[in-house]
Amino acid sequence: MAIRTQPVTINIGPQHPSTHGVFRMRVTFDGEVIVGLEPIFGYLHRGKEKLAEARTYTQFIPITDRQDYLASMTNNWAYCLAVERLAGIELPERAEYIRVLVGEMMRISNHLMALGFFLNDCGAWQTPLLYMYREREKLLDLFDMLSGQRLNYNYMRLGGVSQDLPPEFLPALKKFVAEMPGYIDEYEQLLATNEILLARSKGVGILPAELAISASASGPVLRASGVKWDIRRGDPYSVYPRLQFEIPTGQQGDAYDRFWVRMQEMRQSVRILEQALAAVEQMPPGVYRAKVPALVRPPRGEVYSRIESPKGELAYYIVSDGGIAPWRCRIRGPSQINLTALKEMVVGWKLADLVIVFGSIDVVMGEVDR
Amino acid sequence: MTQPLSGREVAARIGREIPGAVLLADGLGIWVRPGSVAQVARFLKEAPGLEMDYLNNLTAADYLDYIEVVYHLSSMKHNHSLAMKVQCWGPQEPEVPSVYSVWLGADLQERECYDMFGVRFVGHPNLKRLLFWEGFEGHVLRKEFTG
Repeated sequence: MAIRTQPVTINIGPQHPSTHGVFRMRVTFDGEVIVGLEPIFGYLHRGKEKLAEARTYTQFIPITDRQDYLASMTNNWAYCLAVERLAGIELPERAEYIRVLVGEMMRISNHLMALGFFLNDCGAWQTPLLYMYREREKLLDLFDMLSGQRLNYNYMRLGGVSQDLPPEFLPALKKFVAEMPGYIDEYEQLLATNEILLARSKGVGILPAELAISASASGPVLRASGVKWDIRRGDPYSVYPRLQFEIPTGQQGDAYDRFWVRMQEMRQSVRILEQALAAVEQMPPGVYRAKVPALVRPPRGEVYSRIESPKGELAYYIVSDGGIAPWRCRIRGPSQINLTALKEMVVGWKLADLVIVFGSIDVVMGEVDR
Repeated sequence: MTQPLSGREVAARIGREIPGAVLLADGLGIWVRPGSVAQVARFLKEAPGLEMDYLNNLTAADYLDYIEVVYHLSSMKHNHSLAMKVQCWGPQEPEVPSVYSVWLGADLQERECYDMFGVRFVGHPNLKRLLFWEGFEGHVLRKEFTG
């Protein structure tokens, strides 16, 4: 006797451990197989773009911290870089290197979180995550030395950074850079060839390269699909042209490739940190910020400026009318736009795979809803 | 380094294929007639040598008299970029053809733009508010919206 079935729509989230924040999905199932998905956004919307229009250029920096709150430094950086390009502010070399240092530390910290929570979603409940918290804690201590904060640093300023590196910072960072490759080896040994992880994530949630480009995916999600594109190389900013690093890419764009690409990117970040550390040590301390007036008035005009944040292309589109506040400030957050292809990635897979595919994209709701 | 294309040269190329679509061009971008957006977008994506396959950013800005929709495009193949803009003059509500069928990446961004500015993207399969709830009145990023 044939069994009559009909599609069932289930609501997942906004409060659900697998949704990494307040994200909601309306998922349609045929039995256990996903046939449709509609993401629903907005639970963490704070109107940042409107807030920007009511603040001076400098006053907006702490608000940028709170978009992608797992990578505050790169948010600061993207915004400051956009305003600096618009206003024609040149940075002292030491400030550029300090930004690279904190930017790459942020990338490692973000990827640790992304991988830890991804493994959580795979069912490796909490254990790998706590290993990764162990290393992230060291980075947070370093950020604490710089800014006095552990999460929202508000460290960058237009024309540089808020204060110079304290004397205890460089030795501590050196120690971290020396230790980190060993920790990455440890994760790889435990995880990269783990049979359960392979079974759960290999071939799951494939995003073909062509679709990734069409859907404006960026960052590790795009690179996992085999597209060798990194803004630090393709459209370089700061001192990245002087630094040596590779761009890891995946083979087929499945959840495992996204995991693997992040693992390799941490290795490359350590490599960049080594070079930037060597450069900073050669420089005399003290010059960490350009002279910038308290009220920056960029000339009339507009800028679209992007950086490679840990999650992808983080860009600001700022229109200036010559005043002390932006006329329009658009934040192009990679978290949100990387979700465009979520439906295409999960249709045909099962509910348990949805959790893994969503976890492998690595989103932060603060940046999705802004 | 991503090479910004000269709007004037691109405008001349579009002018040969789709006459009258480009209203204005400068060194950095092109301004397109609202009705021709989808056609020009398709041309930019497919024309050899341009191949703008990546929609970096889609947004709008309110300039009081008109709302300008901005498309930041780039090409993964050639590593060049271009800004395409559309001015929607009042008093009627702004309306622009959707580029959803050209770049899937327009999906959420057009919805956000509709939510924030009230730009109606004709042909978008699911044009609903993105961040605000259904039934919310007004479009918050318009300058007239003061809370």
